[in-house]
Amino acid sequence: MLLPFFEWCETVWLGRMVVGSLWLFPVIEAVHLLALSVLGGAIFLVDLRLLGTGLKHRTAEELWRESRPYLIGAIVVMFATGIPLFLSESIKCYYSNSFWVKMTTLPFAIAFAFTIRAGTVTESVRNTARRQKLVGALSIALWLTVAAAGRWIGFS
Amino acid sequence: MSLLAFCEWLAATENSTALRESLFMYPLVESSHVMFLLLFVGLTVMLDLRLLGIAMRHLPVSELVDRILPWVRAGFAVMLFTGVLLFYAIPVRTYQSVWFRGKVILLILAAFNIWYFHYRVYPQRAAWDSDARPPWVVRRAGLASIILWFSIIVAGRFIAYNWFDCDIQPQPAFVNWFAGCVVPATD
Repeated sequence: MLLPFFEWCETVWLGRMVVGSLWLFPVIEAVHLLALSVLGGAIFLVDLRLLGTGLKHRTAEELWRESRPYLIGAIVVMFATGIPLFLSESIKCYYSNSFWVKMTTLPFAIAFAFTIRAGTVTESVRNTARRQKLVGALSIALWLTVAAAGRWIGFS
Repeated sequence: MSLLAFCEWLAATENSTALRESLFMYPLVESSHVMFLLLFVGLTVMLDLRLLGIAMRHLPVSELVDRILPWVRAGFAVMLFTGVLLFYAIPVRTYQSVWFRGKVILLILAAFNIWYFHYRVYPQRAAWDSDARPPWVVRRAGLASIILWFSIIVAGRFIAYNWFDCDIQPQPAFVNWFAGCVVPATD
């Protein structure tokens, strides 16, 4: 059912442009990876704190406020670069298990960061240490799954 | 034994071949390399943004160094380990890659920048530890770090592409020289 849509995606001019160039795919991919590293920094700053380590003399809320612009900026760049990469090989992605793992995990990772995790950081440490640890661990697990599955698309 | 001969010997070892040809282990090592990129480069960039006076301006630099650097070191240890494994799996082609050689040079420059910051800049931190915007000598180290690590990511990613591989000839003379290609003489 989705296959015709993926076939259509591969005809979009943006993807055709990427396919037609020797350098475009690798360069966009490299920028995708640079944004991923920034995303990692923004994520770990808060999640390490939620786990009770890292910048533990600061509140998680303060670190979330500091890191949020970088998380949002990284996500924007990753979409802007990820979409042309996808359009250039949509049909390959359709048949890639890694792609589907990534695309099911990614919405959860984003939604989790801006709902449950964003709510957790404002709670007082005393009452919710265990819950904060769980949220921090889950956040790291979600984003690392997205990253690893994304890399794995290249192996299929 | 030349380095090239060493890499050829390495490539012929049983475990190198096994890793190179494995359907699961090689991608797993590669993915781990990427996963720890989030931890290592991510936190490094955050630290650099603080040195630049852009992020976390009200936190003392020393607090970040004390609390974040152990995680940066741990992340680097895993990146080094997985990186060595990736080289071990494909030694000859990697050794003769312009991108890999460029990456090694950039890594040496990054190591120098770390040494310079740690021994020449950081000991004077009492004068600027809480500055929202530290002096130029501090910001310079942060800027150099971001540029170097981003370049290292790009060079590392490009190792996978074969534009400048030795077995694709003709290549510009500079490429053959820099990659150490053994090109048969044409007469």
